[in-house]
Amino acid sequence: MQQAPVQPSVIKRQPSAIYRVLGDRIFLAIVLLLALSIVALTLGLGYYLYLGGSQTINKEGFFGFLTGTTWDPALKLEFGIWPYVLGTIITSLSALVLSVPVALAAAIFTAEYAPRWLAGFINYLVDLMAAVPSVVYGIWGIFVLAPFLREAFYLPFFLWAAENAPWLSRYLGNPAGYGMFTGIVILSSMVIPFTAALSRDAINLVPAAQREGAYALGATRWEVMQTVILPYARGGIFAGAMLALGRALGETMAVAMVIGNGNILPYTLFGPASTMPAVIALELKEAVEDLHYSAIIGVGFYLFLIAFIVNSAASYLLNKLKVGSQRA
Amino acid sequence: MNEFRPVANPESGHTEVMTLDPSLKARIEARQVTVWYGQKAGVKDVDMPIYANKVTALIGPSGCGKTTFLRALNRMHDLTPTARVTGEVLLDGVNVYAAGVDPVEVRRKIGMVFQKPNPFPTLSIYGNVVAGLKLVGIRKKSLLDEAVERSLSQAALWDEVKDRLHAPSMSLSGGQQQRLCIARALAVEPEVLLMDEPTSALDPISTQSIEDLLTDLKKHVTIAIVTHNMQQAGRVSDFTGYFLNGDLVEFGPTNLLFTTPKDKRTEAYITGRFG
Repeated sequence: MQQAPVQPSVIKRQPSAIYRVLGDRIFLAIVLLLALSIVALTLGLGYYLYLGGSQTINKEGFFGFLTGTTWDPALKLEFGIWPYVLGTIITSLSALVLSVPVALAAAIFTAEYAPRWLAGFINYLVDLMAAVPSVVYGIWGIFVLAPFLREAFYLPFFLWAAENAPWLSRYLGNPAGYGMFTGIVILSSMVIPFTAALSRDAINLVPAAQREGAYALGATRWEVMQTVILPYARGGIFAGAMLALGRALGETMAVAMVIGNGNILPYTLFGPASTMPAVIALELKEAVEDLHYSAIIGVGFYLFLIAFIVNSAASYLLNKLKVGSQRA
Repeated sequence: MNEFRPVANPESGHTEVMTLDPSLKARIEARQVTVWYGQKAGVKDVDMPIYANKVTALIGPSGCGKTTFLRALNRMHDLTPTARVTGEVLLDGVNVYAAGVDPVEVRRKIGMVFQKPNPFPTLSIYGNVVAGLKLVGIRKKSLLDEAVERSLSQAALWDEVKDRLHAPSMSLSGGQQQRLCIARALAVEPEVLLMDEPTSALDPISTQSIEDLLTDLKKHVTIAIVTHNMQQAGRVSDFTGYFLNGDLVEFGPTNLLFTTPKDKRTEAYITGRFG
């Protein structure tokens, strides 16, 4: 390798006066502009969703549209999104409940117990799970998960209930395999990696001084985990769970493929239900009536509102849970 | 246990015999302790007593192995996969590295205070002090209250915090946090308290309050303190061990070691010619 001779003129060259004076301001202006575009995008998104949905929202009323239980785009042109709102909230929260223990266990095992090669392998798989496209989960759901759940759980349970607890049958619904519970299972497997990855990072960030402090008190490994590591990492674990919840609320394709897409209130466990993202994806291309079209955009607006509320609540709680000054 | 142990120095080949009071009882006795990091020894063949109800200071330049040796005493190296300890550490005559000895039990008897204050940030002042007691299953409020007052008083923190025991531990100043950590270690009534440069992150006033504390504390517990500050070793300790490059060069009563060191290297260090 030949080194270029140093050019004295390069060293001596001074930035121009205009550059010195304006450089900072131009830089600030660019950063400010780009940062403000986030504000514009968010507000604009909410506003235009409302605008698009306003025809139906005005007809049904702000709360009427939300709490109406009839979604009939064909005959009566009546639009109430409550079945979809409930479907979205029930599936997302249930998916969260199912996924957090698995994700947390994976995080604890890989961060604290597993030998390095095994931890690396599991972490790789967790990251891979997050990278698999939603529609691939959907195909797997249709061809593998739904038939498996039907044969292994729904049918036996349904038959058992029919004989021993007839009152239960009406809450179980049709055990076809494509319904709410299958949607919950597929959602929870899809959101595991988000909670797992954030929890793992949070556990790894617990200072060694904290662990040693607990070990020096005569704590066992599990006691160190319980008294020091998990409390210290709780902010990150919570953030991971909230990220998972956000993903679950907005997940569209895989859920639409297995949930059965019934436009009725989701009061049965196995029976068909639907979610807000699923109804948008499935009906938008079929909408002909203006009112139907507007109603679908209105669903988008309410989904936006739910995301806004969940996010605000999450960031408020996160601030309370976060281990503050990080001085320890 | 009341006999003198000669301090062997494997490098220079000569043996220092200190004239000690024969009535002293060694709470801990290190015999040929070597700590391996992979193929490299952090400390080599250290023989050293920690006398009961005395303060023993471990001094020496950075990287000399004094902290490594201290952490060998309560089996903290067990937590480092690459570290391995050979030799014996006798606590009241029982080797803590013997098969069948539970390191958790060892650490309950030999408490530790670290370089940087490390209170548990999610717990209150009270919660920090009782953390160790809760681990051993003590739940009764009257017992916990009693232990909190006793330990915080021993750590000279009680008067400052008695009206806000349930305040977050992170609301305390650095010096108070370190005294809280001392109280936390004392709450489980250890026999020995190991202190790893406990004042190096503190200001002079907090440092003094902790040094003052040690004189009272040694009535209850045996103390071993690592310090890079020779004045501190002189002020607080009864015995001093000087470490260099992983060897214990010299061990003896602090006043003798500082006034009439037997080894040239000790003399060089304490007169400030290096380190």
